[in-house]
Amino acid sequence: MGKLSPRHAVVDSNMCVACGTCADVCPTGAMEIVSGVFAKPTEEKCVGCGICAKECPASAIRVEVRS
Amino acid sequence: MKKQQRHWYHYLWIWSIIYFSLGFVNILFAWLGLISFCLPLIFAIGGGNKLFCNRYCDRGQFLRVMGSQVGLSLRREMPEWMKGKAFRYGFMVFFFAMFFNIIYVSWLVASDIQGVQEAVTVLWTFQLPWNWTYSAGITPWVAQFAFGLYSLMLTSEIIAIVAMLIYKPRSWCVFCPMGTLTQTICKAKYVPTAK
Repeated sequence: MGKLSPRHAVVDSNMCVACGTCADVCPTGAMEIVSGVFAKPTEEKCVGCGICAKECPASAIRVEVRS
Repeated sequence: MKKQQRHWYHYLWIWSIIYFSLGFVNILFAWLGLISFCLPLIFAIGGGNKLFCNRYCDRGQFLRVMGSQVGLSLRREMPEWMKGKAFRYGFMVFFFAMFFNIIYVSWLVASDIQGVQEAVTVLWTFQLPWNWTYSAGITPWVAQFAFGLYSLMLTSEIIAIVAMLIYKPRSWCVFCPMGTLTQTICKAKYVPTAK
C-alpha cells in the first residue's frame, strides 16, 4: 500500500443524499456510493484535494487532516 | 491524476433538452417522462442502488453541465432547512400527491366526468395554453395524463434550474423527490458489512 496523503475527505452519512456528484468530480476515482445510501472515499485513493467537498450540494463532505 | 473517460451516458443531459422540446410538438411525448419515474425505482428496488442518480439522470447531468461547465451557477451555500429531512421528505410527499392527482384527473377524464384541459400548469398555479400539441383523435385520458405529467416535469425542471442558478449546480438532487424515495428504499435494503 502506498503512502496516504496527509488530508482526506470525510463524509457525513446523515447529510449525504448519495447523488454521486462527488464520485463524478473526484479526479482519482476515490469516491464510491455505498448501496445508494451514502458516499465513501477509498482511503488509499483519496488525496484530500477537496473538489468533492466543493461540489457536494448537500455540504456533506469536509476535508480533514488524517489522524 | 487521470482524465475521466467519457461514456455514452455522459451525454444523457441532451435528453432533457429533447424531452422538453418534444412536448412543444406533441404532448403525447410527455409520457416518456415516466422513464424518469420507473428507472430509478427499478435500480433501487432491484439493485439496491442509486445508479440512476449516479450515472443516468439526464436532469442531474444537465444541471452539472449548465452550472459547472457553462458556469451559470452562483454556487452559494444552500440554507440548512433545505438540506434537512423535514423539507426533503415533505417535498417528496407533496410531489407524489401532485403526481397521484394527475392520475386522478386522468381517471375523471376517462370517466367522462371532466373534459381534457389543454393547458400546461406551471408551478401548480400558472396555466399556459398548450392546445397546438393536442389533436382531437387522441384518447382524452391519455392526453390529459400527458398534459399533467408534462406540467409536473416542467415545474420540477424550473425549480431545479432556479436552485442550480442560485446554489450549487446539483442542488436539486438534495431534495429531488425521486432521489429521496430511492435513497429511502436503499436505506431499507442496506445491510452494513463489517470490514
